[in-house]
Amino acid sequence: MGVRRFWAFIEQELGQVHPVSWELLGVARRLASQVEDEARAMGDTVAVEGILLGHEVEPIAHEAIKYGADRVYLLDDPVFKHYRNCPYAAGITAIARKYQPEVFLIGATTLGRDLAGAVATALRTGLTADCTGLEMEEVKGSPKKLLLATRPAYGGNILATILCRNYQPQMSSVRPRVFPMPPYNPEAQGEIIREDISISEEEAKACILEFIHAKGESVNIEYADVIVAGGRGLGGPEGFKLLEELAKELGGVVGASRPCVDAGWISYAHQVGQTGKTVRPKLYIAAGISGALQHKVGMQNADFIIAINNDPKAPIFDVADVGIVGDLYQVIPEMIQQIRALKEAKA
Amino acid sequence: MFHALVAIKQVPDTTNIRIDPVTGTLVREGVPAIMNPYDAHALAAAVEWKRKLGGKITVISMGPPAAITSLREAIEMGADRSILISDRKFGGADTLATSYTLAQVIQAIHAQDPIDVVFFGKQAIDGDTAQVGPGVAVRLGWPILTYTIGIRNIDLENRRLVAERKTERWVEIVEVPLPAALTCEKDIAPIPYAPLPDLLRSLRYQPEVWTTESGHCTFDPNQIGIKGSPTVVYKQGTPPLPTPGEKINAREIGTAEAVRHALDKAVASGVLKSILGGA
Repeated sequence: MGVRRFWAFIEQELGQVHPVSWELLGVARRLASQVEDEARAMGDTVAVEGILLGHEVEPIAHEAIKYGADRVYLLDDPVFKHYRNCPYAAGITAIARKYQPEVFLIGATTLGRDLAGAVATALRTGLTADCTGLEMEEVKGSPKKLLLATRPAYGGNILATILCRNYQPQMSSVRPRVFPMPPYNPEAQGEIIREDISISEEEAKACILEFIHAKGESVNIEYADVIVAGGRGLGGPEGFKLLEELAKELGGVVGASRPCVDAGWISYAHQVGQTGKTVRPKLYIAAGISGALQHKVGMQNADFIIAINNDPKAPIFDVADVGIVGDLYQVIPEMIQQIRALKEAKA
Repeated sequence: MFHALVAIKQVPDTTNIRIDPVTGTLVREGVPAIMNPYDAHALAAAVEWKRKLGGKITVISMGPPAAITSLREAIEMGADRSILISDRKFGGADTLATSYTLAQVIQAIHAQDPIDVVFFGKQAIDGDTAQVGPGVAVRLGWPILTYTIGIRNIDLENRRLVAERKTERWVEIVEVPLPAALTCEKDIAPIPYAPLPDLLRSLRYQPEVWTTESGHCTFDPNQIGIKGSPTVVYKQGTPPLPTPGEKINAREIGTAEAVRHALDKAVASGVLKSILGGA
């Protein structure tokens, strides 16, 4: 009788949880339910468990339970106050060896990517990056269901499904916004287990001397409800001013395709796509974006997509709910006016 | 004397990759192979610090014999020595097997000629995993700074390095003991113009080739190539085609009408509720 454990890394900095952590708990719950019958037949149970490191972060463990964790392992120590690769990787490796999880999911954020490669190597197991599909399925030759991790490769042109046979945990990193938020249940009950793992400052091997916060506005396109994105069709950096105006009207932010970022028209923080951010807004307006696959994989989960392009054959129209064939420099100003009129009518 | 090791990868230029619309497979012909752009910037940073501190740069690359061209390019950019790690037995390696192979090579070089800093690009543009740098560092037991955008100081005497790394929320200034590993963003250094002597040297330079049997380094056959790779590709396919929505032509029905229609549909779908109120 064993426990099949599905782990999600709960990422926090300065007590602020990265929402991808909750998305991972949602995926872990779904995967656990896919093996529940199989586990029962073998006399096993399943559990969704959160892994949380930090200093004085216990309230976050309670939140994790409300997002679906049966149990949270808490490594609470001053050495974990700020994220650093060595102590975090060492702490997680130690508890993974102790509890032997079957599946381990980590957010594909800058912090998560830094961590995941180190943990997987220390555990000598497989890690699949940036998964867009995760399922537990029966695989020939394996007595138990295995994790099928699907990820885009070659700029989204190919979808590869990766298997990690004979090694545990089966690890995957998952980009924010690829999977939906799970329900929040304020009544949920769970267990918090404090793990006592001591790592010295010496072993931490890094000392953070200073944090520099970005000057001016910072964009967070990943969790924006409305994104107005521009592509090469803008013709130059000035075009983003117009998009900014529309975005402001809609309470949204400005996104961009890779060529605009490569050309230096706008900063990387705005880039949507395989090499930029994955987004899941309610409304995505694509202006002058042709729709290369690598862009589409980053935005096709938007609830509603309006595409504007001069070229009626632009592939962006394939994913758009409504496509407008026309000059964006006529369409966008018209859109700004009509939205203003709609807002006034409602006011 | 400063000794930098730079690990580079030759990759297909993914901005040029196309799919055959009939067969649905990758069209590889005519796709140029390039030095992974992030690796080129990592090498540029190593060259900058070699100029400041004196010393040398060793470049390694695991890949097929064709990767020789990128290793020559590294010499052109200012590397002193370059090594191709190439053997059929390394083929099919995933990130775990790759980090093992590179770590073995780095350790063998380090034993003869101690390394101060290992430079990687932040990720390769063909796989985009960003997993190999941290993996190698774990195996070496050296600290790693990922997403490095600048090196403030390398103090060889006191064995410390201070660098800036960019995270999603801020820039961190971090100090680590040497030897250390870095994965680099493009901001770390601009690509230098090749000085004429380096350019001329690169034309005649023959990179060393290390294989499983060349005797430079020992490899556990169970930890390299397919055998050493926990992950396997189970299946591959092209993404499902989305069902296209409606397309309207502003030139035919007029811009105002086209926009009105698009906004009506957006409003009807409920996505503008929070902005406009109601549905």
